Amino acid sequence: MDKYVVGLYDDEEVLLSAIKKVKQAGFHIHEVVTPFPVHGLDDALGHKQSRLHTVGFVGGATGFTIAISFMIWASVSDWPIIYGGKPYLSLPSYIPITFELTVLFSAISMVVAFFIRCGLSIFATPKIYDERTTDYLFGMAIKVTEETTPDDYSRINDTFTNTGVAEIKVRDFDEDK
Amino acid sequence: MGSYESPIREPLILGDKDYKQITTDIVRSTQGFPPLSWVIAISIAGGIAAFYFFCVAWTVYYGIGVWNLNKTVGWAYDITNFVWWVGIGHAGTLISAVLLLFRQKWRTGINRAAEAMTIFAVICAAQFPGIHMGRPWMAFFIFPYPNSRGPLWPNFQSPLMWDVFAISTYFTVSLLFWYSGLLPDFGTIRDRSKGKFRKLIYNALSFGWRGEAKHWQRFESLSLVLAGLSTPLVLSVHTIVSFDFATSVIPGWHTTIFPPYFVAGAIFSGFAMVLTLMLITRKVLKLEDYITIAHIEAMNKIILLTGSIVGIAYITELWTAWYSGFIYEWFAFYNRALGPMAWAYYIMMTCNVISPQFFWFKKLRRNLYLTFFLSITVNIGMWFERFVIIVTSLYRDYIPSSWADYYPSWVEVGIYVGTIGLFFTLFLLFARAFPVIAIAEVKSILKSSGSAARVKQKAKDDAVAKGGYAEGGDLAGAHHDVKND
Repeated sequence: MDKYVVGLYDDEEVLLSAIKKVKQAGFHIHEVVTPFPVHGLDDALGHKQSRLHTVGFVGGATGFTIAISFMIWASVSDWPIIYGGKPYLSLPSYIPITFELTVLFSAISMVVAFFIRCGLSIFATPKIYDERTTDYLFGMAIKVTEETTPDDYSRINDTFTNTGVAEIKVRDFDEDK
Repeated sequence: MGSYESPIREPLILGDKDYKQITTDIVRSTQGFPPLSWVIAISIAGGIAAFYFFCVAWTVYYGIGVWNLNKTVGWAYDITNFVWWVGIGHAGTLISAVLLLFRQKWRTGINRAAEAMTIFAVICAAQFPGIHMGRPWMAFFIFPYPNSRGPLWPNFQSPLMWDVFAISTYFTVSLLFWYSGLLPDFGTIRDRSKGKFRKLIYNALSFGWRGEAKHWQRFESLSLVLAGLSTPLVLSVHTIVSFDFATSVIPGWHTTIFPPYFVAGAIFSGFAMVLTLMLITRKVLKLEDYITIAHIEAMNKIILLTGSIVGIAYITELWTAWYSGFIYEWFAFYNRALGPMAWAYYIMMTCNVISPQFFWFKKLRRNLYLTFFLSITVNIGMWFERFVIIVTSLYRDYIPSSWADYYPSWVEVGIYVGTIGLFFTLFLLFARAFPVIAIAEVKSILKSSGSAARVKQKAKDDAVAKGGYAEGGDLAGAHHDVKND
């Protein structure tokens, strides 16, 4: 069963205060969807800092190592040629390519990691609680199961209502199938 | 949100907008049938682009001999165009990366289109080295791949080799940066679409984006680090392009001032091209509320700054050539300014050094007609700058018996004009199918930089100034805001 009660808010500040209240009321917030990045949302939801920049560093370090070691190997050991009377090992002239490949590897690895971690792909079938949440509404979803009693539903409804919600809806993804 | 912004600052979003209105205004241009003006524009641009492909085919079929290059002038139109396009391709990433790091909110209105422009300009630029090879299908020879010749590796000490890496990295990273920023906006368009097919296309384009909080966090982390990477990258690209000249021993090219001078020139011409495009786009797509006079003024200030840096570089070059006492160097510059091709030198000086000086005046910076006229003037000037550097340094060789003249053949002119057609074709397609303004980013500054926010802040500030603590909450709010900053 893939069913949610979704509170839709029309202001990000109301949403932020609502998250606190909903948490205090003891509900687990499954997901929050917003049309743009809302500052303070990570703290409110208790999200840890993203580790994407670590991926970027590792990617960059890999690019750096590959570039510099390949150029040294190619021009010192594999096929040494003297260009313009310079020594085989001319490190200063390797700087531009090393820099470019560091940036390239770092950027590509971060973007790939971003796509994988967020599960984004051209074949993705995203679970959209409400089509207006990429436009002007902010959605907060609470997951419900078979065990959720009508009493629980009304408690969720009341909590949302008390936090200045604009609209409450129930979204059952099983109906889509 | 949270940070205090003075009500004196000009709003960056005009009119009484809410989030819904912003989406409607920006997505509008992607919906319905294309207007007649767009169809006419893309037909013309597409026709010119077709002529480009014809001229390239002509060059490849008959060989580089159909160009008017000769033994003395071995680089002319092609490399001029290459450097010109790469330079134009600098503004987009500068706007989105450097201005992001400097927290300039005005970039949100123009970054998307400027980055698109960057990518299209780099596509145009990349054509020229390829065509100049004469056998473009051999272009892969420049990459270090294991080959049957040894393997023999390319010369990693050559600036032309560095350029291969610089341009391809710049293109890739700019594309990734631009596209990752587009995901949320494609999601927005998908969710507003009615048709099933349209929904499917935009869902694929958005990679299934739905704005989950954790995804936004990663998204912001990604943009920030990509911006940090792109900032030195954008400076490195034109530096390396300038090395193509500066590491040679040709008088007029062999100059240590080239890297900063080229980078300033690139930003100068890039911003001019952004202005040319934005002034048309905001008018045609009715986006005057998002690309405001304040945005245009800010860009004009950058044009003034970089234009003046370029002017100082020209004069420094002249002075150094004389002061060095090196006759070949001095002859190159003397000949540039007073020789048979001095007309090109004075077009360059007028367009690049004199014309931006109008922007010292606020009234002129905010004049749309003048801005449009000067934005085109600047790009004419910047094209001549490269032409002057390349052709007038080459055509009078060391020995007078090697002196030559250069004028372009119709094929060279065709290829150059053709890339302009190609550029506008790509830009028109972009303006039709893509959100030309970063919807999500504009929404995120609405509460701090919208018109309504300024009015509200002014009322708040006035109340505080009067000692009007009666509305207690307001003052507390103001303090709260400052603390959160």
